[in-house]
Amino acid sequence: MAAPVQSPVDTQSASTQTMTIGKALNNGLRAAMEADPKVLVMGEDVGKLGGVFRVTDGLQKDFGEHRVLDTPLAESGIVGTAIGLAVRGYRPVCEIQFEGFIFPAFDQISSQLAKLRYRTQGKLKAPVVIRVPFGGGIGAVEHHSESPESLFSHIPGLKVVSCSNPVDAYWMMQQAITSDDPVMLFEPKKLYHSSALKAPVDTTATPDPLHSSRVVRHGDSATIAAYGPSLPVALDAATAAQEEGRSLEVIDLRTLSPLDLGPVFESVRRTGRLVVVSEASSEVSLASEVAARVQQECFYSLEAPVQRVTGFDTPYPPAKLEEHFLPDLDRVLHAVDNALDW
Amino acid sequence: MPSPEQWTRPDPGAGPAATAAQPSPEQVIAGLRATTEGGAELTQLLTPEGERLADSRFDPYLADIDAEALRGLYRDMVLVRRADRESNAMQRQGQLGIWVPLLGQEAAQVGSGRALRPADMAFPSYREHGVAYTRGIDFRDLLGIFRCTDHSGWDPAEYGFHPYTIVIGNQVLNAAGYAMGQKFDGKVGNADDVDNEATIVYFGDGATSQGDVHEGFVWGAVYDAPVVYFCQNNQWAISEPTERQSRLPLYQRARGYGFPGIRVDGNDVLACLAVTRWALDECRHGNGPVLIEAFTYRMDAHTTTDDPTRYRLSDELEAWKLKDPIERVRVHLARAGCAEQDFFDGVDAEADEFAAQLRDFCFNMPDPPPERIFSEVYADTPAALDAQREEYLSYLAGFAGGEH
Repeated sequence: MAAPVQSPVDTQSASTQTMTIGKALNNGLRAAMEADPKVLVMGEDVGKLGGVFRVTDGLQKDFGEHRVLDTPLAESGIVGTAIGLAVRGYRPVCEIQFEGFIFPAFDQISSQLAKLRYRTQGKLKAPVVIRVPFGGGIGAVEHHSESPESLFSHIPGLKVVSCSNPVDAYWMMQQAITSDDPVMLFEPKKLYHSSALKAPVDTTATPDPLHSSRVVRHGDSATIAAYGPSLPVALDAATAAQEEGRSLEVIDLRTLSPLDLGPVFESVRRTGRLVVVSEASSEVSLASEVAARVQQECFYSLEAPVQRVTGFDTPYPPAKLEEHFLPDLDRVLHAVDNALDW
Repeated sequence: MPSPEQWTRPDPGAGPAATAAQPSPEQVIAGLRATTEGGAELTQLLTPEGERLADSRFDPYLADIDAEALRGLYRDMVLVRRADRESNAMQRQGQLGIWVPLLGQEAAQVGSGRALRPADMAFPSYREHGVAYTRGIDFRDLLGIFRCTDHSGWDPAEYGFHPYTIVIGNQVLNAAGYAMGQKFDGKVGNADDVDNEATIVYFGDGATSQGDVHEGFVWGAVYDAPVVYFCQNNQWAISEPTERQSRLPLYQRARGYGFPGIRVDGNDVLACLAVTRWALDECRHGNGPVLIEAFTYRMDAHTTTDDPTRYRLSDELEAWKLKDPIERVRVHLARAGCAEQDFFDGVDAEADEFAAQLRDFCFNMPDPPPERIFSEVYADTPAALDAQREEYLSYLAGFAGGEH
């Protein structure tokens, strides 16, 4: 896949290393922990094991057990105590092992974490980061492949972002940690160790703002908006469409709450067509929200209804069927055809 | 042998096993006795009749409580009760949306609250008006919550008093995390005790069934956090008796988590003060956590929307009135010659003035302006939220005279 167009890097620089998304997240955590002694990492198996995906690999060894906490096995406990630590002045980074296990913590996230600032009118802040490996495509058993990001994006007081490449992974981690608002970072678990997505990360570069979307491929036939694990699918579709003489613009949404749809509006005003790609079910989802706002802002520019290519409105299926459930190249191109043939 | 301390199976051959749902007659009687008496392991330093009991374990924690200090505790409880009753009345008059009465729990709250030092942190549930008072929070700052002009008025860091937490049990985890932070900050086990800190968290008997309370116990225990879990067992979770939450007395649950649990007479301000001082002291010296079950009684309704006559007998309330937390201190002060009638009259007059000020303040509280809806949702407000705010405010401004 092409590297993000806004992040040209000098691969010869000593500050630049080529790495996977998983390694970039690890390096981002490491940089944040070095910069601020109040940053803590906490979660199940994040210490000695380095996390089941190894995203926290080596951190406990280098920063100590008082900074990288192997917690008891209870998600509400992880988030609930992180809130107390944040009130005390710490900046906890919680790992939820799989997105399907986050729901015991939903109460603490929704009732406390998202509302402490509002409840006290700014007298308290809760700068907690919650890392959530999400999405499917790994052939796993139930509860290991879901996409619940819309549920959390619906909660006022929370911010939600998702990375799709090593450069964003490195910077978003640090930006989320320094944010005074609680941030949920949805990490595409399928892409953690993808060598195809390895990219040079320049640790001296100036990153894009955390809550900004970005055009990652320019085009003028139609626009595709995607995020996290769906971004490579969107880029592959654009490459395939190119061979058919269609030039697709691809936008990485990056920030899911708040959405940054300015670049999407600008793009749709040129192309007149939008396809939104997400692994989550479509009903009452982020894809629906993007469609609603685009029809409001770009009503006279639209040449076709906004197309949504998403997971179906079912629970996540047994993994032997997930290739049908997950948006793939063909379904995205089919939606592009629908938009262009309207 | 059935006992009020634990549901037990009968001897083999003695018939079907008793359960919490179908207790034996002996257990019913024993349970009723426990409900009003607190069982044999109740720590009590001042009887309902005002008699001071010597206690070699806890008396050292009351060494500084002279006649003046005891009069101070009496005054605290009278003022808190008067403010509680006034607030309850104001709700009846439509000035508050709801009130959560603490009547009967003054000793548990004033005793434990006065055990805290300024650097300690308290995490309340939503009935802890007496604890708030001991932390120096203006009672008027509580009214906004119940008049629904605000969600929380005070600065938690300034007073060492977290915002009220309405979702049952959430605050126990938050407190455990805060106490972990105190430990990480090196505020536990220092040779110089002034450098030490502790956390106390308040919750009720109903909350003990919540997963967050269980997890809060686990976290505090495995991280040796300096946290006192202060359970006010007021016997009722709205309409459900404590027996619906637990087979065994709540303080005994501590053993399962590996820290001490103690049951204190929650209507005895001296016992609550001494036991909480002891527990905080244990925490500050690295021996935390500690669970305290303050055995008390909710003498009024759960809230002003509740009707206790639907689920409990008035006889029960009458029995508990004999254990009133304020009356026993008054009797003790009078009998011991520590206070004259002038003192009691003076406190009553002060309470009346306190209530009058509260009433005057409440009646004149302004509603917040509409823009308050949008303030402090985020540290860094998204542009779309700013736009939503501006759109609504200009919509409002479009009405004649700016009135909606």
